[in-house]
Amino acid sequence: MQELVIVSGKGGTGKTSLTAAFCSLAENNVLCDADVDAADLHLLLHPDIKQRCDFMGGSIAEIGADSCTQCGVCKDLCRFNAIDESFVVDSIMCEGCGVCVDMCPENAINFPVQKSGEWFISSTRFGPMVHARLGIAEENSGKLVSLIRKEARILAEKKGFDFILTDGPPGIGCPVIASISGATVLVIVVEPTVSGFHDMVRVADLAAYFRIHVMVIVNKYDLNIEMTRSIEEKAQGRNMTLLGRIPFDPKFTESMVQGKNIFEYGKEGETLTAVQNIWNKIMQSPFMNKLGSMDYKVTIK
Amino acid sequence: MIVSVASGKGGTGKTMVSTNMALALGEKLTFLDCDVEEPNAHLFLKPEKELVELVTTSVPSVDESKCTFCKKCSDICRFSAIIVVGTNVMVFRDLCHSCGGCMVVCPENAISETGRELGTIEYGQRDSIRFVQGRLRIGEAMSPPMIKKVREASFPDQLTIIDAPPGTSCPVIAAMNGTDFVLMVTEPTPFGLYDLQLAVEAVKLLGIPAGLVINRCDIGDRKVYEYAERQNISVLLEIPFDRKIAETYSRGKSIVEEMPEWKDKFLRLYRDIELHLERLKETV
Repeated sequence: MQELVIVSGKGGTGKTSLTAAFCSLAENNVLCDADVDAADLHLLLHPDIKQRCDFMGGSIAEIGADSCTQCGVCKDLCRFNAIDESFVVDSIMCEGCGVCVDMCPENAINFPVQKSGEWFISSTRFGPMVHARLGIAEENSGKLVSLIRKEARILAEKKGFDFILTDGPPGIGCPVIASISGATVLVIVVEPTVSGFHDMVRVADLAAYFRIHVMVIVNKYDLNIEMTRSIEEKAQGRNMTLLGRIPFDPKFTESMVQGKNIFEYGKEGETLTAVQNIWNKIMQSPFMNKLGSMDYKVTIK
Repeated sequence: MIVSVASGKGGTGKTMVSTNMALALGEKLTFLDCDVEEPNAHLFLKPEKELVELVTTSVPSVDESKCTFCKKCSDICRFSAIIVVGTNVMVFRDLCHSCGGCMVVCPENAISETGRELGTIEYGQRDSIRFVQGRLRIGEAMSPPMIKKVREASFPDQLTIIDAPPGTSCPVIAAMNGTDFVLMVTEPTPFGLYDLQLAVEAVKLLGIPAGLVINRCDIGDRKVYEYAERQNISVLLEIPFDRKIAETYSRGKSIVEEMPEWKDKFLRLYRDIELHLERLKETV
């Protein structure tokens, strides 16, 4: 099983728009939206939900006012300042550690498991998709990401597919770590800005920490050619594969407004050729194509 | 007063808005970069670094000579961070949430606390702006404790501007919770709208007054405007797509310095926030 995970460090560099574009080029694969916090891929793929499951995250403490003697043990032990003067638990501050639950001398604290979100198996015009929606202000995003990646794998095996295309979240924290661990290859979408550059290096460091090979796409490259060059230099110096450049193109936004990917929106143009070439480069790389076998559809024009 | 600048979707312009507002004000204020996974504000504010502080969170360390392997510690731990197998105690430091439960229940007092590095907090100064940022260690999963630590650096009697991380889950909540106003930055596209709706739900949950900045306001469609009107959220600033702004940003330059006509707009943005809060006070 191979899994390509698309990340960026910085948000808004074009991860989801590119993932959606790749959907038109990939074959026999399962799609996975691992950005469970602010998932957007479904806005372009319009998945038809076939199976809906609750995601049970952690538990939250609830003090039963009837049996509580206000002795203060829970308040003293809580390191998250989640229990106030009147012995009510602030569900946003509660970490779900259960220390108060176990230590309450009156056994007055309940610890119900919370539904923290939902996850779905859907069908789309590009094949099956696994995605999720974490509840607002919920924790455990990493746990949900791991869960849907596992489900995507199970689904792919069931369908006889050997490839998963995953749209990852921004950042380098918990959900990103959960998205990239065990991935075949990581594609970082960078924009040529000081922050895009800075954030790419942080994700690349994370990838190195987990020993995953990184490939780089510079999106909107013509906004700052000089910066694009510095990014490419840095990437090469760090032994990342340079996949190519994509120009700044309002078509990405225009197609998004219509709920389409750029291949469905327009048939030809510089941007489409760039994305197609990048895709070919990914699929022909030794990471995705270990035996080096040629795909005649790609090589013979 | 604390103003947090947030957005559901990433890359909508949080850092651009927060840093330019801070620079336009030019008064004594504290700027906290709470996007500890990818802190970027320093690239635009260019503060002089004054101090770097290591931030740790406490994780258990077991003295096996005292341990009787009673398993009380692994029973209380909800995060599987401490496990007893036969006569071995294993601590998984990365999974620990630092609740201290294992220490509390250990009958032999065999558990003490040691630190796990979360990252660093950097303090600096840019003219009148006191600058503080968190930088999460590569490989560290938990950003909220780090964000809470950065939040401690604000002075209660001075304006604080917070650059928050994207999303709607725990890191954003840690950055917004307890602030006086949330300035949401979005773009008028389907992705911008969808993520804005999530962000608005989060802000409502916390009960914080909010306003909207629409960046690249002339791309996409009008649905963000319609949504803002339905939700009764005021649009405080619109920034059109301008290649010059994009290029200025890409080089790490601030808009208010390179394009002085923007200084007034960012100043007015802050005055509008003050006005909004005053009006809110009057109605209460």
